[in-house]
Amino acid sequence: MAERLRPAEKFKRDRVPMKEQDPKERIKNFDEVPFGYSFEEAIKEAQRCLQCNPAPCVEGCPADVHVPQFIDKILDEDVEAAFREIKITNALPAVCGRVCPQEEQCEGACVMNKKGKPIAIGRLERFVADWAREKGITDEDVRAEKTNKKVAIVGSGPAGLACAADLAKLGYDVTIFEALHKPGGVLVYGIPEFRLPKAIVQYEVDQIKKLGVKILTDYVIGYIKTVDELVEEYDAVFLANGAGAPSFLGIPGENLNGVYSASEFLTRSNLMRAFDFPNYDTPINVGKRVVVIGGGNVAMDAVRTAKRLGAEEAIIVYRRSRAEMPARAEEIEHAEAEGIRFELLTNPVRVIGDENGNVKGLECVRMELGEPDESGRRRPVPIEGSNFVMDVDNVIIAIGQNANPIVARSATGVETNKWGYFIADEETGKTTHPKVWAGGDIVTGAATVILAVGAGKKAAKSIHETLSKA
Amino acid sequence: MAKILKKEQWSDTIFSMLIDAKDVAKAAKPGQFIILIPKEHGERIPLTIADSDADEGWVQIVFQVVGKSTLELSRMNESEELFSFVGPLGMPSEVEKFDGKVVMVGGGIGIAPIHPIAKKLKEMGNHVISIIGAKTADLLIMEDKLKEASTELLIATDDGSKGKKGFVNLVLEELLATEGDNIKMIWAIGPPIMMKACVESAKKFNAPIIVSLNPIMVDGTGMCGACRVTVGGKTKFACVDGPEFNGAEVDFDELMARQRQYAELERKALELYKSKEGIA
Ligand SMILES: Cc1cc2nc3c(=O)[nH]c(=O)nc-3n(C[C@H](O)[C@H](O)[C@H](O)COP(=O)(O)OP(=O)(O)OC[C@H]3O[C@@H](n4cnc5c(N)ncnc54)[C@H](O)[C@@H]3O)c2cc1C
Ligand SMILES: Cc1cc2nc3c(=O)[nH]c(=O)nc-3n(C[C@H](O)[C@H](O)[C@H](O)COP(=O)(O)OP(=O)(O)OC[C@H]3O[C@@H](n4cnc5c(N)ncnc54)[C@H](O)[C@@H]3O)c2cc1C
Ligand code: FES
Repeated sequence: MAERLRPAEKFKRDRVPMKEQDPKERIKNFDEVPFGYSFEEAIKEAQRCLQCNPAPCVEGCPADVHVPQFIDKILDEDVEAAFREIKITNALPAVCGRVCPQEEQCEGACVMNKKGKPIAIGRLERFVADWAREKGITDEDVRAEKTNKKVAIVGSGPAGLACAADLAKLGYDVTIFEALHKPGGVLVYGIPEFRLPKAIVQYEVDQIKKLGVKILTDYVIGYIKTVDELVEEYDAVFLANGAGAPSFLGIPGENLNGVYSASEFLTRSNLMRAFDFPNYDTPINVGKRVVVIGGGNVAMDAVRTAKRLGAEEAIIVYRRSRAEMPARAEEIEHAEAEGIRFELLTNPVRVIGDENGNVKGLECVRMELGEPDESGRRRPVPIEGSNFVMDVDNVIIAIGQNANPIVARSATGVETNKWGYFIADEETGKTTHPKVWAGGDIVTGAATVILAVGAGKKAAKSIHETLSKA
Repeated sequence: MAKILKKEQWSDTIFSMLIDAKDVAKAAKPGQFIILIPKEHGERIPLTIADSDADEGWVQIVFQVVGKSTLELSRMNESEELFSFVGPLGMPSEVEKFDGKVVMVGGGIGIAPIHPIAKKLKEMGNHVISIIGAKTADLLIMEDKLKEASTELLIATDDGSKGKKGFVNLVLEELLATEGDNIKMIWAIGPPIMMKACVESAKKFNAPIIVSLNPIMVDGTGMCGACRVTVGGKTKFACVDGPEFNGAEVDFDELMARQRQYAELERKALELYKSKEGIA
């Protein structure tokens, strides 16, 4: 039993920092950057928690993680109990503990913000999940009595997995259909190994399988079976196919060799492990100078991956200023520490190729911020005559994703909006079809892991309500 | 799942396999392809569905050994399982009953993918003229199957060892010269350089022509954009918008440049594999 501190002492304590790999070393490998808390560090951080009731952090969490309860169990030095507490609501704690934008969710709501730094809820969640994995502690069989109802889920990203776990616990017969050969969605093909090791995703997926969830990989809905067919064969269908279609800029030279969408670049490196070529067969081309266009998390992942793949110079080109960059502060700081160059207020206008069709340059124009636009951010406007050319070997485009139409075009009666995203009720995930639910990026557009988890959980609840009445 | 049921070697470098894949066989339509990974650590390679049988539950692939992955695949044996096998992918061919004749041109390994399209077109009551060609007679594949799937079969070889001496597009041009407007549609599938030549020939006679593009792919589901091609001045994803496109609008030079993207790395991977496996 760790000592419980009095509130005054709690306020005096600083947030326990997390040790991480030295930037000079980590740009040479794909190992995880932060090391995670030790047992002692976790206790020390847990001691700061005020144990609020009601707890604003829980309200800030789309997965409703029982934060004060699990932190209290850490203080009991009963990490296994802490793990079970988290697992009641969140099937993916090792993932969420690593990649959630906690500053906007649980930690953003933490009362400690008023006095200093919030409790490091994400790091504690990660600690508990990692501890349980290392100790081989798995989920208890909490399945309710089997129902005779079957649910089909399209896509094994965080939305699909979360929905599957909740429904399996309620006794449903759940099958996930996944297009790729590995389950996990963006967690396996998009987010790099150095932020989220694939073995950890695999472990949490395996836990979900142990609940009885069937995952059929290599199974593209829309081709091998339509959603219409799933609706016939299953009692309910949850569409969680993500927003997987890359946007391009529409500038000349975009199809030159050496120009990648961030999705292709990251898929080659993560899912197909091109960073370990030729031990793995998928190749990737990374030259001396690599430019990544965009300012979000995806751009940060791509640029840091390029650096690790050997680029001498890896550069972000972003059309607004640092303040408007949508990436998490932590990601931008990590990139800066790794020596990434930022060309802000700069917009690409043309990719220039050599006689063999390979990229050799990128023409850009400098920008300035004008009046605010509909998004409330000041609109970037080109400065006339400021064009210049950068010598580059690769251009990676990380300006966002669109809805992939394959699933939608095989789903009669499930309406989409003008961008191709499914129309679904925010609270229940219900679509315009009585047997079909949808959630995650394919409803909201590119968002976050925890919002996808939240959408999966809401859909599971609503599916259960509907099916248990039927 | 995805067990190799039957393997045949058709020439030095060309192999055919029947793969146990019931669901794929049931859903497959002419013009579609699969993506497979031979073994763990492998890459995703697309191959056209050359034939399939929904009742027996198999899919046929026919491939040419060009690099590490196809070499590794060719060394796998009956009853081994592929690491991954996904399909059918891509838009099916737009087959219909034409009011006139249809020409199917298959070059080299491209003979395999024209087979299911020709078969379907003939079943629908079309008059199907197939032109198949290869460098030399030994590399000519699926002759019997194509004969069965066509009303007429014409053959060309670069060295004249069988059929007409010369490229398939010469035979196509002769045909267009004699048949004229009677030819309502042409499909041409094979190496880009051959498809480009066929498109040039068709253009001379203002004949409509469809080609099936084979850019480098990764996921094959529209997620990565690796397979982008320029068609009619617009960027298209071959895996979801195609693989078949109006030949007259395709930028073949860009396609060929993009196919060479990894040539150097691929050569290294092949050498390494050969030395590891002790292959000369
Ligand atoms: C590079 C990158 C970095 C990111 N970093 C973060 C981060 O640090 N923190 C964070 O919170 N969020 C991050 N995100 C966003 C987050 O990953 C997504 O919001 C989240 O994964 C969405 O989950 P999802 O379940 O809706 O879809 P996805 O994760 O996209 O999963 C959808 C799944 O459906 C499958 N599928 C698609 N079509 C079909 C079909 N026809 N048939 C069968 N299966 C199909 C796909 O293959 C995929 O596996 C990042 C995104 C990217 C791309
Ligand atoms: C839709 C489609 C259908 C195809 N159908 C057939 C078929 O029926 N039979 C057949 O023999 N070949 C087919 N191909 C080509 C086949 O995919 C390549 O020959 C194979 O991927 C080469 O892999 P490799 O490792 O052996 O060779 P590598 O050494 O990797 O590459 C040799 C060359 O093959 C091409 N290539 C490499 N990787 C890919 C990839 N992932 N996708 C596409 N092309 C690639 C490139 O031009 C490359 O330069 C098809 C391609 C596409 C896109
Ligand atoms: S292969 Fe990835 S989009 Fe076509």
